[in-house]
Amino acid sequence: MIYATNVSDMQDCKNAVSIHNLTVKYRETPAIAGVSLDVQEGDYLGIIGPNGGGKTTLLKAILGLVSPSCGEITVYGKKPGKTGKLIGYVPQITGLDKAFPITVREVVLTGMLKPSFAPFHKYTKIDKEKADAYLNKVGIYKLKDRMISQLSGGEFQRMLIARALAVEPKLLILDEPTASVDVSSGDQIFSLLKELNQSMTIIMVTHDLLAVSSQVKTLACMKGRLVYHGGNELNEEIAKALYGYPIDLFAHGAQPRAKEEQ
Amino acid sequence: MLLSLFQYQFVQNAVIASILASIVCGIIGVIIVEKKLIMMSGGIAHTSYGGVGLGYLFGFEPIIGALFISILAALGIGYIKRRGGTRSDVVIGLFWSLGMALGILFIAMTPGYPPDLSSYLFGSILSVTRGDLFFMAVFTIVVVLVITLLFNYWKAYMFDEEFASIIGIKTAFMEYLLFVLIAMSVVVLIRVVGIILILALFTAPTAIAGLLAKNLKLRMVLSIIIGALFCFVGLWISYVFNVASGAAIVILSAIGYLFVYIFYSIKFRNQMN
Repeated sequence: MIYATNVSDMQDCKNAVSIHNLTVKYRETPAIAGVSLDVQEGDYLGIIGPNGGGKTTLLKAILGLVSPSCGEITVYGKKPGKTGKLIGYVPQITGLDKAFPITVREVVLTGMLKPSFAPFHKYTKIDKEKADAYLNKVGIYKLKDRMISQLSGGEFQRMLIARALAVEPKLLILDEPTASVDVSSGDQIFSLLKELNQSMTIIMVTHDLLAVSSQVKTLACMKGRLVYHGGNELNEEIAKALYGYPIDLFAHGAQPRAKEEQ
Repeated sequence: MLLSLFQYQFVQNAVIASILASIVCGIIGVIIVEKKLIMMSGGIAHTSYGGVGLGYLFGFEPIIGALFISILAALGIGYIKRRGGTRSDVVIGLFWSLGMALGILFIAMTPGYPPDLSSYLFGSILSVTRGDLFFMAVFTIVVVLVITLLFNYWKAYMFDEEFASIIGIKTAFMEYLLFVLIAMSVVVLIRVVGIILILALFTAPTAIAGLLAKNLKLRMVLSIIIGALFCFVGLWISYVFNVASGAAIVILSAIGYLFVYIFYSIKFRNQMN
């Protein structure tokens, strides 16, 4: 097992996320156990692993949606759930109701809501201009007045990224951003993320193993525990530890070119 | 003939009660349909029967008992749902039956002749008093105020609760608040359609408005108008054919939804061809 020992010596404040000996249990069954992981400011971390390996649980723990059974997490020195506007979250499309009567721009505007309730809150003109700017950034400005039911998977995903940007976060967390989009939209999303990584830290859960090796800076492999954390080259040994047999690594129909990227 | 009817105070009361009921149904109905809380609302409504029984047993206004118990049920179901320990539909089912059972028990324990409970179970809009109207108006105002006050937050909560909670919006508080509003709406509706028939008025106008309106605010307004229409026509049918008003309103709502649904299915199929 390889841990990223070189970063753990650094001060906590240099880290976007510090996870120490994290265990999360659902009832008595541990979903993840003994995970220690530091994500440096400016990092682009890809989390991979088989289904049930605890990728989503790890993400939820960082977001404060599940509480750890033991261990500690800090996000920029703060406890999960108390991070407010530090995190911009991009959920999976499948969990949302595409028939909800709301326009693209209105969705992005919800990212600008302040945590404290303001009675009769109205979005200002500046808010709307900002929302348009974020939509422009993700490339769907011309769809701003559409109902969300009229969007394709890729457009919907980019709208959710624009909403996360509207939070003005330091850390962007994405749950399978290319899971329900076609290949060309997927490529567009990845190049957008690469650009965003210049100004913010990114953590992404993905099944797209090819993208992992060519896009991210560091890699974390989850299989109940942290199997690997380090550079982005994905070798047969890791894949074997992760999935049992190396062949599964490129099950998504891609050619194995993970190594030549390095 | 219709105009002369309005000279009677009970008819005036019935019309005002219909309008108030349509307002809470339109607003809360849209939210509970979107958040898939229909069965939970049914649970709260039926649990309130226990409160009606409690009122008879201890000699206070049954509708106050219904309010008290339905708020308690709303908070209880909400708490267990949030804890996530037991499946919430199991808890809803239990509350549903337990509330009814307690109601039956309390009324059996009440000394003297058993009171006529059908007006609570099936509604009795023509017997609504000025006092009832006052209660209904207060609760309607509270519901309207809470929703409009935080409208943008409700919209964010309805679309993506998880995201709203991550950016720091107190979604747990909003959920409990919504449950209390549902309990208040139930109380407003009990006199109009009754505990057992409430769900139709929560869902039918909302579902029709959902097919017609593409904007959340418009959907609420439209569902208020449709609800009021069902209530008025239902009231008229109940007068002309001398049938129970709650039943007339609910049957009309269900038929109305069915017609709109079929119309839209045919229209959609024609568009496909």
